Amino acid sequence: MFDIACYEEAQSVEHAIELMLAKPKARLIAGGTDLLLHIREGKLPDAELISLHDLTELKGIELEQDGTIVIKPVTTFSEVSSHPLIKQHLPFLGEAVDTVGGPQTRHAGTIGGNICNGATSADSASTLFALNAQLQIAGPSGIRVSSILDFYKGPGKVNLAAGEILTAIRISSENYRGFGGHYIKFAMRNAMDIATLGCSVICKVRDGNIIDDFRLALGVAAPTPMRCFKSESAVNGQPFSEELLLKTGQLAITEVNPRTSWRASKEYRLKLVEELSKRAFREAYQKAGGL
Amino acid sequence: MSKIGTNSLRVDANSKVRGKTQYVDDIFIRNMLHAKILRSSIAHGRVKHIDTSKALKLPGVELILTYEDVPKHTFPTAGHPYALDASHRDVSDRNILTGHIRYWGDEIAAVAAVDEHTAEKALALIEVEYEEYIPILQAEAALQKDAVEIHEGTGNIIGCHEYNSGEMEQALASADFIFEQEYNTSIVQHCAMENHSAFAYIVSNDRIIIYSSTQIPHICRRIVGQALGLPWGRIRVVKPYIGGGFGSKQDVVVEPLAAILSLKLQGRPVKVELSREETFIATRTRHAIKSLLKSGVTSEGLFTARSGSIISTNGAYASHGHSIAGKCGDTFCVQYTQRAIHFDAVTVYTNLPTAGAMRAYGGPQMLFAMECHMDDLAKKLGLDGIEFRLRNLPEPGFTNELAGITDYSNGLRECAAKGKQLIGWDEKKARYFGQTGSMRRGLGTAFFHYPAGTYPHGQELASARIIVNQDGSVQLQVGATEIGQGSDTVFAQMAAETIGIPLNNVHIISEQDTDVTPFDTGSYASRQSYVSGMAVKKAALEVKAKLLERCCIMTNLPIHSLDTADGWVVFKHNQEKLLPIADVALDSYYNLKTAAPITADISHNTRITTISYGCTFVEVEVDILTGKVAIIELYNIHDSGKIINHILAQGQVHGGVSMGLGYALYEQLLFDTKSGKPLNNNLLDYKLMTATDTPEIEALFVETFDPTAPYGNKPLGEPPAIGPAPAIRNAILDATGVHINELPLTPQRLFEKFVQSGLIRMEARENV
Repeated sequence: MFDIACYEEAQSVEHAIELMLAKPKARLIAGGTDLLLHIREGKLPDAELISLHDLTELKGIELEQDGTIVIKPVTTFSEVSSHPLIKQHLPFLGEAVDTVGGPQTRHAGTIGGNICNGATSADSASTLFALNAQLQIAGPSGIRVSSILDFYKGPGKVNLAAGEILTAIRISSENYRGFGGHYIKFAMRNAMDIATLGCSVICKVRDGNIIDDFRLALGVAAPTPMRCFKSESAVNGQPFSEELLLKTGQLAITEVNPRTSWRASKEYRLKLVEELSKRAFREAYQKAGGL
Repeated sequence: MSKIGTNSLRVDANSKVRGKTQYVDDIFIRNMLHAKILRSSIAHGRVKHIDTSKALKLPGVELILTYEDVPKHTFPTAGHPYALDASHRDVSDRNILTGHIRYWGDEIAAVAAVDEHTAEKALALIEVEYEEYIPILQAEAALQKDAVEIHEGTGNIIGCHEYNSGEMEQALASADFIFEQEYNTSIVQHCAMENHSAFAYIVSNDRIIIYSSTQIPHICRRIVGQALGLPWGRIRVVKPYIGGGFGSKQDVVVEPLAAILSLKLQGRPVKVELSREETFIATRTRHAIKSLLKSGVTSEGLFTARSGSIISTNGAYASHGHSIAGKCGDTFCVQYTQRAIHFDAVTVYTNLPTAGAMRAYGGPQMLFAMECHMDDLAKKLGLDGIEFRLRNLPEPGFTNELAGITDYSNGLRECAAKGKQLIGWDEKKARYFGQTGSMRRGLGTAFFHYPAGTYPHGQELASARIIVNQDGSVQLQVGATEIGQGSDTVFAQMAAETIGIPLNNVHIISEQDTDVTPFDTGSYASRQSYVSGMAVKKAALEVKAKLLERCCIMTNLPIHSLDTADGWVVFKHNQEKLLPIADVALDSYYNLKTAAPITADISHNTRITTISYGCTFVEVEVDILTGKVAIIELYNIHDSGKIINHILAQGQVHGGVSMGLGYALYEQLLFDTKSGKPLNNNLLDYKLMTATDTPEIEALFVETFDPTAPYGNKPLGEPPAIGPAPAIRNAILDATGVHINELPLTPQRLFEKFVQSGLIRMEARENV
């Protein structure tokens, strides 16, 4: 049994904003794959919920004239990974969201919820960081756009003010065209698990083996998802080589800040940062057409 | 055609697949209340004050019981037969609720309310003030002289024993090598799909009816009687279908609370259903066991001396007490031979969840230590691990005086040969020699043995009742419980075989009801096909004899000329069909002069056991730089005597190996090292393997015929869980040269060991 005191279904984005302002303690619910667990654990007594579950205006994936891919937040993980636009242009994002939970979780959980609950382990977040995704946010005072790089404020905390709601995830063409990418979710289990470390690499390759626009993003390497800019600038313009891989891994560990918990030690997570950065880089390089 | 050794469909397959079988939670009684338990938020201490007044005011709350409202006498919980000898009885250290907190989550009070939600809300309104003690979380700390006694007067020792045979000093002196090593196993939980659940109510005559998810209905009845201080006959326990037990339901956990709540509510139905989080900590776990093994061996690879000292961490309450450590002692002395042997064991109270029975009852712990030790020794001697084991096996037909058991059939050597050949042992060992790089392959094996039932330590009584119906079919009623393992199917096959009727003419009654079901102590100790099977055979033989007697009267043929086959009475010499058994059955009901329906109602007290054997062979690939282990091939080869149902046998091996793989690589119940609070008592953080983590499991059988068994069969329920952990550990040793002597073999642990051994360097380049 769930301790739910009140449940409202938003009829539109405007309606959702009104409801949020009227019920400041209420939480937005889309797929519910995280929120319902919290409620079951007693972390949200007398929960008030505003559902976005049936808001069609927040569902789907579109390609705009200028090549921008727009992913609406209430699109489930399985809808994302099976969508023709994702398969064609962002296969590595589809692969990343296919590592979430199990089939049931992916049929219910949404990509917007994955970002907005602020977890560093979110399987979509690293790749969206690498893609420089822009977040369109509606609120009482209109619409604003934020880079996902500025969205996370701390563990479980994102940059959404009272009455604000994520309405679109936008990926412009210069951030995905010509890129190859690879995401490694490292966890104890192959399914139904939370990442011990998430590692996403996207890059372009020119002249057969010169790395262009290399991007390395990590989850669980710090309190929030993050990019490794130092490693990125050291790699850009370099020819691919085993030495470059080693250097990438070694640089990456200087940029991260994982912590020790009973799940894994800091030292072990650092080793995973080093090793998985290399492995994801190698895969991304090959997918980008590297020789 | 024989009904033994077939692939007969499970008798409950159809109804289970269609969702028709009823489990405790499928059964509803009008006006049923739901109870929730107030659990302590400290691991050690006492309740100074408890205030339920606010909770009682919550609408929908019908009753709150605290530790002050329950009987003051203690009771045992273990699913062992009652012992007439008081010194052999289970430790009685439990109250239904307690103000003396012994683990994080101990049971202080219970709320019965109109629904679960209301009961949970009420729990939050109960105010508790504690006097806190420092939690004792390690066995060593519990054994210190000045340690606070978790149970007064025990010194925190539940039990201890030792045995010695042969001249140890001489045996060690004659050894060419002496090697000593400690091995540690972790606390894991059964994770049966169905959590513990029971409800109780009283209809009339003050008799308490309890529906329970239990492996041991008859024992449950006795223990509820003991807990409530009521005559045992006033309790009736009904066991419907069960969603797995694995030993966790071989203890009486929720039934006394449901019963006392109903009793205090004038018989209103009350249900106690644990959540998964509660099942992890408040039912039973597998003991963490520390084993110190010391061996003397000759340069020819023969044991001169073997010595084992174990400390078993039992947790807050005794449950099965020292029995698991006792079983470890038997396991230690039976598997290999030597000139002198020593064993000592102590079982210790700590402020952790209570350990009890779990699949293979000490076998996985003891044989993890022993089989890791075998490879450590073989490596030191420069011997092949298989060869070293074979040199030290006892001769078939042996009697082990220390354990009090005799070998009547033994296919272990054939199992080993088969495994060695299937995995390509010699060829791969040569191929993988001198590997470099992060990904390395290795091979490992572990041998195991497992006796049937609890003989000679415990009573092994089983009963069966057969009633021949008018149509020549039979109702078969057994006290042994189907808990998912398939015993109903196997018993039906046995009855069909011996009576001489088609399998679908045996209607087995799956539900046990202590008011009507013949006595059996329950499902545990891999005893059903061997022990309860003897009762089924005995009852079936009696029914067959009575059918033939009646046929004699009907046909005037001499009884020695008759037999049964496939629903017919036949001539023994040529199998010629004489009379349908249905005609004999009909005559037994309606013959105006001689009617006397044919029944058998018997029990069998088994005073013998036999030993099953087997081995696990595994090939792993270790990813050194991430610490991940992949299973490439796995073979579990069993000598479980004559296999009665091949598909069910395969299922037992698959399930047991899966449990063993989890034990090896994934599972471990963790606690905060200061407070004793559980960290991962849920199925997200406790890493039970998913289907995607499970490798192909090859289950194979070397079929011997055991002369002591009802149908040549030997145990199979528990043994499959034993081999994987030591075999995988040995394969990792083979692949990397790194000895890891504790479970589980998680990536984090492998990483640490690889760093320690220099295989991983934390700075610059790897050493791989």
